[in-house]
This record gives sequence, structure tokens and C-alpha cells, in this order.
Amino acid sequence: MTGNEAVAMGVKLANVGFISAYPITPQTTIVEKLAEMVANREIGARYVEVESEHSAMGAVFASELAGVRSYTATSSHGLLYMHEMLHWTAGQRLPVVMSVVNRSIGPPWNIWSEQTDSMNQRDTGWMQVYCESNQEALDTILMGYKIAESKDVMLPLMSMEDAFILSHTSEPVELPSQEEADSFLPRLDLPFRIDTGNPLGYGSYSTPDGPFMELKKDMMESMKNSRQAIKKVTREFADTFGRDYSGLLEEYMMSDADYALIASGTLASTGKYVVKNLREKGLKVGLLRIRFFRPFPDRELIEAVSGLKGVGVLDRSVSFGTAGSMTNEVRAALYGKADIPVAGFIAGLGGRDVRIEDFRKMYSMIADGFSGSTYINARGGE
Amino acid sequence: MMRVPLADVSSRVNHTDSWRILRPEIDYGKCIRCMICWKFCPDNAITVSESEDIKSPNERVARLEAPVIDLDYCKGCGICANECPEDCVEMVYESRGVN
Amino acid sequence: MPEEVNDMPFSIPREEFMEPGHTACHGCGATLAMRYVLKALGKDTVVSVPASCWAVIPGAMPNRTLNVPMVYTPFAATGASITGLRVAMDILGKEDCNVVGFAGDGGTADIGLQSLSGAMERGHNVFYIMYDNEGYMNTGVQRSGSTPYGAETTTTPVRAERNFKHQQKKVVADLMMAQGVPYVATATVAYPEDLIRKIVNAKKIAGPKFIQILSPCPTGWYFPTEKTIEISRMAVQSGMFPLYEYSNGKLRVTKPSKTISIRDYVSVQDRFMHLDEEDVSNLQSAVDQRMKNLLDRERETSGA
Repeated sequence: MTGNEAVAMGVKLANVGFISAYPITPQTTIVEKLAEMVANREIGARYVEVESEHSAMGAVFASELAGVRSYTATSSHGLLYMHEMLHWTAGQRLPVVMSVVNRSIGPPWNIWSEQTDSMNQRDTGWMQVYCESNQEALDTILMGYKIAESKDVMLPLMSMEDAFILSHTSEPVELPSQEEADSFLPRLDLPFRIDTGNPLGYGSYSTPDGPFMELKKDMMESMKNSRQAIKKVTREFADTFGRDYSGLLEEYMMSDADYALIASGTLASTGKYVVKNLREKGLKVGLLRIRFFRPFPDRELIEAVSGLKGVGVLDRSVSFGTAGSMTNEVRAALYGKADIPVAGFIAGLGGRDVRIEDFRKMYSMIADGFSGSTYINARGGE
Repeated sequence: MMRVPLADVSSRVNHTDSWRILRPEIDYGKCIRCMICWKFCPDNAITVSESEDIKSPNERVARLEAPVIDLDYCKGCGICANECPEDCVEMVYESRGVN
Repeated sequence: MPEEVNDMPFSIPREEFMEPGHTACHGCGATLAMRYVLKALGKDTVVSVPASCWAVIPGAMPNRTLNVPMVYTPFAATGASITGLRVAMDILGKEDCNVVGFAGDGGTADIGLQSLSGAMERGHNVFYIMYDNEGYMNTGVQRSGSTPYGAETTTTPVRAERNFKHQQKKVVADLMMAQGVPYVATATVAYPEDLIRKIVNAKKIAGPKFIQILSPCPTGWYFPTEKTIEISRMAVQSGMFPLYEYSNGKLRVTKPSKTISIRDYVSVQDRFMHLDEEDVSNLQSAVDQRMKNLLDRERETSGA
């Protein structure tokens, strides 16, 4: 099944009660599938088609606050339009799960794969997972609710799929049974859900001397707590379903590596293929796949790069005026902790192909000790 | 432990008497207990008293519940005085002290 | 309790769902609007409030002033939040719970209009209350789409240029009627019995309900704090804010027992103090035209 179908199956298996969305390419086939499931009485969820992404998140925010497990999906400009509500949902500590099909931001209009949309949401208080396969996209919905709903986390989570490369491409996907899913993921029990017998103000306002700063500090603490929850839930998932996603950061052929590329999403798949080829030629290279960008796997990275001679970071996004977002964060994490060059590569913007030869070039630049930032497979020089 | 932005303390703890420049005073000898002042108070600062010891224009009115200004919360907007059909609420300056 | 006491002249429900000690300005009309709406709806109610005066009236955390849950939302999210609340309440078997969006005129006529229109179109069983104080009062009296012609605000200042608002008020209740919302009404705080009766009538309709409540604002309309009710009454008597009820396709307009001129209405508020005779007559014509349109509509829909 396609990545979007796999995601919809994940939503079904997670017993979501409320779905609200607004259509945007290439998210549409997720919500079409969900609407069809509702029409076929395959799921008991209520599906509400709203008039904007801001309203999709507004509705999901409110239903989750009322105590109903809620879901939405979007992409690109839709995600940007939601931005305000993302902060609000995280700030109210609501464990919503959302799918984001990573797509570029215009102008010019472009519907292909790029991570700038979700990178722009990195400070919203949402956990972020970048999936590499359709199977992972499905499994992350189940794991996502369990992580988000952990009592010492209570933060929302967005799960990313690359546009078309996952969203519209078929792969074999193993489907857990509903019974297995139910025993893995218990029903939502939101401790502060709306109760007309208990007239609370939800959100309220705070003066500078009020609890405002402490509430934000507590979100940071919960992000910290989420590291343990992610590891625990990923392990539990592996024990139950036999698929191990190794927590925040996946290591590929890293045991005796000298050089590594740090990538995310499906770019990591191509990277792994190249690593395998280069290994066959005797080159000691590996790959680190960032699954969770929030919380950022800084400790895991420091540990994984120890003993390496150089790394490069592959960004499918750009932060104008500096480097790629992942590059910046990797450099910040390694600064003073690992004395190795960190190359920054910006590639694949607007769905531009990142070819096998591009990966070979990046590995060779890393081996040459390149520590700057550059574009890969872009016309008009670097 | 995780913290959620919730407000759970009634605003009753917040006395707004210091907001007041003018204080309403009801002339109970003229008050017919129509409760129009109570109805239009934006601060919920007019309570209802069942006491029959409050002065009244006549015996029938004396048996009715009477409006009582709650000076902990009255901000002194003057709506009660403006709307009173019997013209029996007077706004007096706080600085002149309580009669 | 002696029997006479039960005959007390309480013309609106006695139970309060708003606590004293809130931080609304002196003579706040919006506060009365909330007080009356909750008296009509009672305990089993959830209120969603966007950025607006009402987001600060309860006071800073940890204070609350309503005796029902109140959800704070971003400015444009009222229609969406009552959608989520309504559907979630239904899923949880709480179909009887009243779900109420309570937003100001900026949050309704301007930034929240899309979300409102969407929620009404979807037909959810919700109340949307627009408390209309004719401007962005919480942020310091700026012009909104709902500000009337002629008003000075901090963004329509009258200085060397007479830059008062030169456009007519966007009346959201009229838009909602045009959209086909099953229950639409206007009300104002001078007539709480009428306001409460309309909310009670609205409750009988298991669909979207839109009620626009004119809520005079001494702070932003520049009038003495004791005049809130008086000016609310004058808005109706002058035709500036006609009271009507539109239900099941039929419009009923309240004809005030006493009428006054627009000149009488604008002369008691300093936001209009700069208007000359021509300006007032422009406003009077627009008000007369709108009243005529409403009465025509009333005749058309009454089937007479």
C-alpha cells in the first residue's frame, strides 16, 4: 500500500475518535481514505471537513481537550497556515498526533518533496518524526499516540512522510491486527479534560510574574522526558510487533566507520544503498538517520560520531541566511563534544533528485575534510 | 510533574473596591425592590438580602428581598443609579467617607 | 420564605454563572452579555473565547470568573473550536451540553469570519455569540469591520484629516441570515429579558445559532460609565441596532415603542463628536435604508 494508505490504516488501528482536515496535495489521499473508512463504517471516528488548516487544528485542539483522541494531516502551506494553532495545542499539553507529508513552500508553486514546511515548525513544542518507509509511517501513528500520551510527556507529535516518494508509492506493509493494536495502545485518558462539573479556565492568561515562564520551562522538561518515553515505547513496539526503530537515531553500518552522512526520511534510504556499495569497495562509511528531530538526538549523535574522522549533514530544507536546519543543529550539538569537521549539504529542494552520484560526492567531500556548507545537484555553481 | 495552563481560582478572591471613585448609596426609604439595579450590574456586585430590618417605603415592600451593594466588588460605574426608576441610588465620592 | 418573596420582580433567572471580582472595565456591556447568556443556558455549558476583552476579563491565571468551563483560543479559532467541542461532546454522549463560542466583533466580523462561516455551514448544534462592542477594544479601541460609520477610533483618528470610519458597519447577523443559518438574532444588554428569551428559543433548534449582542463600551465609545444601558437602549430606539429574530426562514423585527433620531444617539458618545450635519444625515439614511430592508424582508418571509 502507499504511504498515505498506511498512515490511514495507522489512524484506524489507533482508534482515533475525531478527525478533522483540509485537503492539500499530497496529503489528500490520507483524508480521502479516512473519509471512505468512515463512510464504510470501518472506523467509528467522526470526520469533519473544515474550511482551512487553521480550523483543522482548531477543531482537533478542542476535541482533544474534551478528551477524544484526535487526528489531522496536512502538508506544506497548510502546515504553515496551522502554525499558530500548533503552538496553542502544544502549550495546552494536548497529545494530538498529526501526519505531515513533507512538501516545498512557494513561490513558485511546487508540490514535491522538501522538509522546509516541518522544519519551520521546530519551535512549536511538537515532537517530530521523519519516516523512511510506509511501514514506519503506519507504525509511527501507533507509537506516536503512546509516546505523546505518556503522562510525563503530554505533548503533540507530528509524523513526516516524503511527498510522493512515500505518500504515493506502494510498498509491502505489514498490518497489525486491531486486537494487537488495542493491547499496545490503551484508550486516551486525558487527566484535565473538559468537565462541566469543574469550571476551569483552559489556557487563561499570565502576567510576567505569573506561571508563564514556568509553563514553558515545563514543556522543555517534558521534551526531555520524552526521550525516555520514545525509547521505552519503541522497545515495547519492537517486542510486540517485531519491528525495531531504534529510538531517536538509527545507526547504519556505523560500527567501524570513519565517515558518516547524517540524513532523514527517504534520503536516508538512498544513502544506505550507497553506503552498502561503498563498503563493498572497502570504504569505511556509515549513515545516521535522524528519526526524531524533536526532541533532538544530541546525546545519541555525540555518542554515534565518537571515533569518526568526519561527518556531513544532508538537509532537504533551507534556512535562508544560515545553513540547512539539521546541519545547524548537528554542529551545535557536536561543538566542543566532537572535534571533527561537519559538512553541510543542501539537496533535493522542490523535489530535485538526489542521485547515487550525489551521495558518492558527499561521502568523498566528507573524506576530504570539507567542513563548509554547499548545495548538491544545483545548477549555476555551488 | 507535567503542568497545564489552567485557571481554577474564582475571581472572588480579587476585590475590586479600590477601582471605585464613586460609591452607590441606596435610599431604602424610597427603594421599591424592583431589582433593576441587580439586573444591570456588570460586576455582580449587588446581592439580594432577605432581611426585613432594612428600611422600606411601606410594609408590603419591607417583606420583599432588597438589593444590597457588595462594596468588595462594586467598581462604582453608576449604572444602578442611572437605571433606578425611583431615583433612589445616589453616587457619592469615596473620598467623603461612608455616611 | 414568605409567599410574597416568591413574587419578587426578578425578570431574569437569579442563578449566576459569572463570579464577581473580574477585571472588566467600569460599566462593561460585554460582561453583562456573558452574564445574561449563561443565565439563559445554565450549568451544562462550555464556552470558547478567542483573543478579545473576554480573554482578560476573568483576570490573570489562576483566576477564572465563570462557573462553567471556558476554553481560551487564538483569535481566528472560535468557529473551529466549537466544532471540535461539539463533535467531541457528542462522541462522549454529552449531546445536551451547550457549546458556545463567545467572540468579540473583531474576532467575528474580521479575523474569525471564515471559521465562523465554516462552522455555521457545517450545521453543528452550537451557539455563536458575537458580543459587539464595535471595535478592537481590548487592544485599545481600533477600527473593526463592525465599527459603525462615523466613529472615531485610535486607527480612524480625526485630526487635520477627518479620518473617522467612512464605511458602513458590516453586520454579521445579516450575513448569517444570508448564509441560511437556521437561527439568527440580534439583542442588546438593555433588554436582558429579550436577550434571554432569544437564547432559550435558539436552544430549541438543534443546529447552528448566531446571536449578535450589541455591548456598549464606555472605554471605547467615550461615554460616561453609567450610560451603558441607556446607550444600549438608544441604539435600538434610533434604529442603529435593530433587534430581530430570524428563525426557520422567518424574520421578526422588534419595533421600538419609542423612537429617537440618529442625532440623539450620536450626541451622547464622544466617538461621534466630530460629525457634522451632513455626516449625521449620511448615517441616518443608511440606518433608514437598512431598517426598510429588514422590514421588507420581514414582510416577504412572513408569508403575508
